Amino acid sequence: MPTIKELTRTGDLFTSGHRACAGCGGTIILRLLMANAGKNTVVGAATGCMEVVSTIYPYTSWDVNFVHNAFENSAATVSGIETAYRALKKKGKIKKDIKFIAYGGDGGTFDIGLQSLSGAVERGHNMLYLCYNNGAYMNTGIQRSSATPFGAHTTTSPAGSKIKGKMQQRKDLTEIMIAHDMKYVAQATPHNWSDLSNKINKALALNGPAFINVLSPCPLGWGSDPAQSIQIAKLAVETLYWPVYEYENGKYKINIKPKKPKDIEEFLFVQNRFKHLKNEKELIDKIRKHLNEKWNELLNKEKCTN
Amino acid sequence: MKKDGDKIIFENAADLPDMAKSMGTTRFNKTGTWRNERPIVDTDKCTGCGICWKYCPDMSILEDENGKAAIDYEFCKGCAICVEVCPVKAISMVEEEK
Repeated sequence: MPTIKELTRTGDLFTSGHRACAGCGGTIILRLLMANAGKNTVVGAATGCMEVVSTIYPYTSWDVNFVHNAFENSAATVSGIETAYRALKKKGKIKKDIKFIAYGGDGGTFDIGLQSLSGAVERGHNMLYLCYNNGAYMNTGIQRSSATPFGAHTTTSPAGSKIKGKMQQRKDLTEIMIAHDMKYVAQATPHNWSDLSNKINKALALNGPAFINVLSPCPLGWGSDPAQSIQIAKLAVETLYWPVYEYENGKYKINIKPKKPKDIEEFLFVQNRFKHLKNEKELIDKIRKHLNEKWNELLNKEKCTN
Repeated sequence: MKKDGDKIIFENAADLPDMAKSMGTTRFNKTGTWRNERPIVDTDKCTGCGICWKYCPDMSILEDENGKAAIDYEFCKGCAICVEVCPVKAISMVEEEK
């Protein structure tokens, strides 16, 4: 794996001048993705924040080949490109080794793009699908998605006196992808930079589909201080809100096990989307219980598969 | 087609490409004008570890001739993530002057 100093001199393939909000977590993920993927890469994007901010027609923030397609089919588009590449390579018309990456937000992955992602994985295309998960449709004005956590305020699950935000738990997409019998599935955060970098390298080296679900702090949608984006991503891991683990060849591995997990309130109350839960002890207990159950389940899975 | 630095100037519809294709990168879009506060690096304290470079969302951390951090004020949006992640507290924010 290259060191930071080496990476700083590679030049950015995801360029400055994009129109993401100050303190956006998604762009940190994308530039790390490109620093590891290198120049011979084709990137496909689902509609979402990171597509809208990086492609101001007729310019893009990408110094590599970039395709934008509709909300639901970034995985399908990239599988098509990958198949065409394999056919041309067989005929000897392309000599280079090219990597294929599709990415989407949680709306374009958890909700709208799930069927095309599932199809692409089942067909076994050699590509990496990266989901930057900010937990709502932030680009269109913070609507709830199936990745929005329990209790979060969004414009379509507003917190009022009777209903306190979204009253359903979020979908566990990482487990759904593991159920596809994939060789490599991982969950990461931008705070654990070298861990995420490792995972991207592992996924790209693989001959087959890989999926990485990355937590992406969103100052606008989460109502947090832009300067705190990285600290919030760190808190998410320490409070067990976002376990950092990977699933490789049938084996679970939890990459970061907090020695003494912090209380979930530390993560919730640095964000305005949870501020209505301050005096709702029962609801916080419900969140805490759910996260602990999920964490214990994960520990058991790790124990059983190793 | 006229060009102003990296920016292409479109005068009429005929200047636009006839299909959806990229004509350059967004480097012409100087996002530094969004900033209210500017980060200042104290080069005496900076150890050149590169941590601020890792977490900058706008690729605005450069390396000066001594291997220490410098800020690209053309693109820095002033989010202050670098101030928070610096392990030796070498970066501070000051109000932007008009």
